[in-house]
Amino acid sequence: MQWSEEAEVIDTPVLERVLAEALRNGGDFAEVFAEDRSNSSAMLDDGRVEELASGRERGAGIRVVTGDTTGFAHTADLSERGLLRAAEAASAVARGGGGSRSVDAGHLSAQGTSGGRGDRPAPTTGSKADALELLQRADEAARASGDAVSQVQAGFGTSRRRVLIANSDGLLAGDEQSRTRFSVSCVALADTGMQTGYETAARTLGFELFDEVSVEELARTAAAQALAKLSARPAPSGELPVVLAGGSGGILFHEACGHGLEADHVVKDASVYAGKVGQLVASPFVTLVDDGTVGSEWGTFQVDDEGRPAQRNVLIQDGILTDYLWDYLRARKEGRVSSGNGRRQSYQDLPMVRMTNTFLLPGQDDAEEIIAQTPRGVYVAKLGGGQVNTATGDFVFGTTMAYLIEDGRITEPLRDANLIGNGPEILKRIDAVGTDFSMTPGTCGKDGQSVPVGCGQATMRLTGVTIGGTAE
Amino acid sequence: MSTVTEQAEETTEDLLALAERVAGWAGTGEEVEVYVARGTETEVRAYDGQVESLTSATSAGIGIRVVVDHRLGFAWAGSLDESVLGETLAEARDNARFATADEHVRLAVPDGVEAVPVDLWDEALASVPTARKVELALALEAQARAADPRIRQVDAADYGDVASEAALVSTTGIRSSSRKTSGYLSVGVIAGEGEASQTGGGYSVGRGFEELDPARACDDAVTRAVRLLGATKGPSGRSTVVFDRRMATTLLSIVSSALSGEAVAKGRSFFAGRIGEQVGHPGLTLVDDPTDPRAYGAAAYDAEGLACRRNVLIDSGVLRGFLYDTVSGSRAGVPSTGSAVRGGFAGTPGPGCRALTLAPGPEGYDEAGVLAAVGEGLFVQSMTGVHSGVNPISGDFSVGAEGLMIRDGRLAEPVREITVASTLQRMLLSLVAVGADVEWLPSIAAGQTLAIGDMQISGA
Repeated sequence: MQWSEEAEVIDTPVLERVLAEALRNGGDFAEVFAEDRSNSSAMLDDGRVEELASGRERGAGIRVVTGDTTGFAHTADLSERGLLRAAEAASAVARGGGGSRSVDAGHLSAQGTSGGRGDRPAPTTGSKADALELLQRADEAARASGDAVSQVQAGFGTSRRRVLIANSDGLLAGDEQSRTRFSVSCVALADTGMQTGYETAARTLGFELFDEVSVEELARTAAAQALAKLSARPAPSGELPVVLAGGSGGILFHEACGHGLEADHVVKDASVYAGKVGQLVASPFVTLVDDGTVGSEWGTFQVDDEGRPAQRNVLIQDGILTDYLWDYLRARKEGRVSSGNGRRQSYQDLPMVRMTNTFLLPGQDDAEEIIAQTPRGVYVAKLGGGQVNTATGDFVFGTTMAYLIEDGRITEPLRDANLIGNGPEILKRIDAVGTDFSMTPGTCGKDGQSVPVGCGQATMRLTGVTIGGTAE
Repeated sequence: MSTVTEQAEETTEDLLALAERVAGWAGTGEEVEVYVARGTETEVRAYDGQVESLTSATSAGIGIRVVVDHRLGFAWAGSLDESVLGETLAEARDNARFATADEHVRLAVPDGVEAVPVDLWDEALASVPTARKVELALALEAQARAADPRIRQVDAADYGDVASEAALVSTTGIRSSSRKTSGYLSVGVIAGEGEASQTGGGYSVGRGFEELDPARACDDAVTRAVRLLGATKGPSGRSTVVFDRRMATTLLSIVSSALSGEAVAKGRSFFAGRIGEQVGHPGLTLVDDPTDPRAYGAAAYDAEGLACRRNVLIDSGVLRGFLYDTVSGSRAGVPSTGSAVRGGFAGTPGPGCRALTLAPGPEGYDEAGVLAAVGEGLFVQSMTGVHSGVNPISGDFSVGAEGLMIRDGRLAEPVREITVASTLQRMLLSLVAVGADVEWLPSIAAGQTLAIGDMQISGA
């Protein structure tokens, strides 16, 4: 098998024979997921281009579903022999009468959503030299931001991923996803110690990301964070009102409820949101959407990793829970269709219910006014990440740039801290949502698999959150 | 040379031969390092008395580093197909053209330190039939469900095993190979009482099948979930915090990133420039020793093919050393400490820990002993937001926590939805007690009950 750019990953007649082999022992459903991915990255650190790396990976994951049991095997051997061997391994669970019924693997036909790029323009490719120039420009801009900037690391990464999905329902779909990211992290040094700043831009685009994003701007933002925190005081300890700036504040929704709305948690009764469709679960200011079709956001794709087209799903409407997120398996059990949220890290992983781009729709309030009307609290300009326990709803999210709000004004910078809350309680404490919507990219980890996601919201206020600082 | 190492060489002979062949394609003036690896894995997930999923897989890949005129290029491929090998080398070579020339960039050369053999291979694992693995996963799930009437759900009960082999060959004289098996049982439960739910996880790990103990994994998960039932948001204030063994491995792993010679050289460690200074409590002695066969991260060779060795990092609170690979060592003007680690064939080596331990506290300092010594405080059994609230460069430390209050030297009422905060620098100095209860958990650090004073708790 050549690693040629344009060859089909696997021919259709081969796919049909592999699906037939997968169902030879019985089973309700079989699927071939093939992937061909190439990555390249470059890192500038300590003033030097330290490492350019390239990687290439291709293979297929085959699953056979029999009742509630899934057999899965993956292989890097995309020859018919290799695929048949994987199909046989995956079908082992159906052996011995485990299968509730058998289906024939019929002829495959391309679905309406045959994937590919659709009407999007072809992603452009930058040369290695182009990428290095961007890294150098970012390094210079960060170092020019202040004498206290003591270290800069800039990273560029791009990947191209072609996927092909065929299943025993006759589905044949594919997608081609190009993703590019650029990040800058800075260290600033003073008598008070070291502080860090980090900024990243990431889109489902090729090199044309840089038509939209200024690497100098990213570098200056990262440097400004590190510099500002040199004079930061310890974050408060205890409960205070919190205003979250637009963009990274969306991590709050990703953690506070997004994960809890994933049907795999819900059907196992491992989510605080199980059984709550139709109920008021959040402040009326909350309308939450998960949408894999938005522009070129980081969590955007044409078809998911089970061949379903990406779609827009409203999860919470004016505070009322309207639906969960579904993949093929969990939807099938409930007699409905997937919401286009079946995703996997690579062909070596089983798909799971995952978010795409998850965001709060903007509200009516003016962002400046929200701050002005907060006598005392914390303003979070940037969140760095978070974590949730879906069964209890308890979650944390960490600040990487935060300030005190005193008398309705943003004043002193604060050192990094986690904030902690309980999802269903926090969602009811949202009392203002602004009009200044923006999105931010992130990497979401679940059960050992990482996928690119987007988060977003407008400036908003929580009436009280526990802040985990060290100041008494 | 030890028998174990020789044995590894025998079975990985074909991988060594492959790596040698590719390294042989090096051009004039090129240094080439070839890392090849392959593995097989099985994973069984049980749910509700049935197999939810059964995964069986094999994988293989190659990672090549090329150094030309002190410029480094890297490329990898998730395949060992003949057609891929040359392409990967060519790509690594091309990448090298673009890197900045740096006198410190070089591949490892043999340093004469002999490898200490460690036996990480359980021959029997390969012959365990899948049916027995399935049985074990089902038994684990059933046992967890039956363990306590308050267990409402077992949301994950997994059996997994991995057998991996790797070989490393370079044109600078490196030739090493290794092989390793590991198995695990892991279970997650949800306990409920009235409206409240709490979760707990437990596991059992081993090199082979027979070491896996479902009762142990269940007890751990069930105890953790059930004792949290009724938890309320704990009180705010300053307190001594006792971290259980599992949490202690997380703390040591965080500290270890500041002990990386690369982080130090690049001004990303709060330990930079502090060798010989008192950075910790006099009771704190920290050693990385991958030659200890009991350690989960035990290894004969590091990721550059040099012998792993014992490195003392902090001795009685005084900072003594950092961990170096070849490049970071050269930058600091010292030899590699045999501490290169890499994330498989798709990653490049960098310095890191494999088997950290603290010198144990006095005899009798198991968990109960440390609790008794502390008297009053907070016992932490789980932490969240470690990636979002701990900054190993500035040292700021703030994590979400669940656990139990310590009253009269014993565990008392459960608490949740609180944060525990300090700075890593202060935590090292504020050590109150180190357990003697060393347990090698699946981590780069050993588990030992740890008590740290003067931490800020944010709660109700």
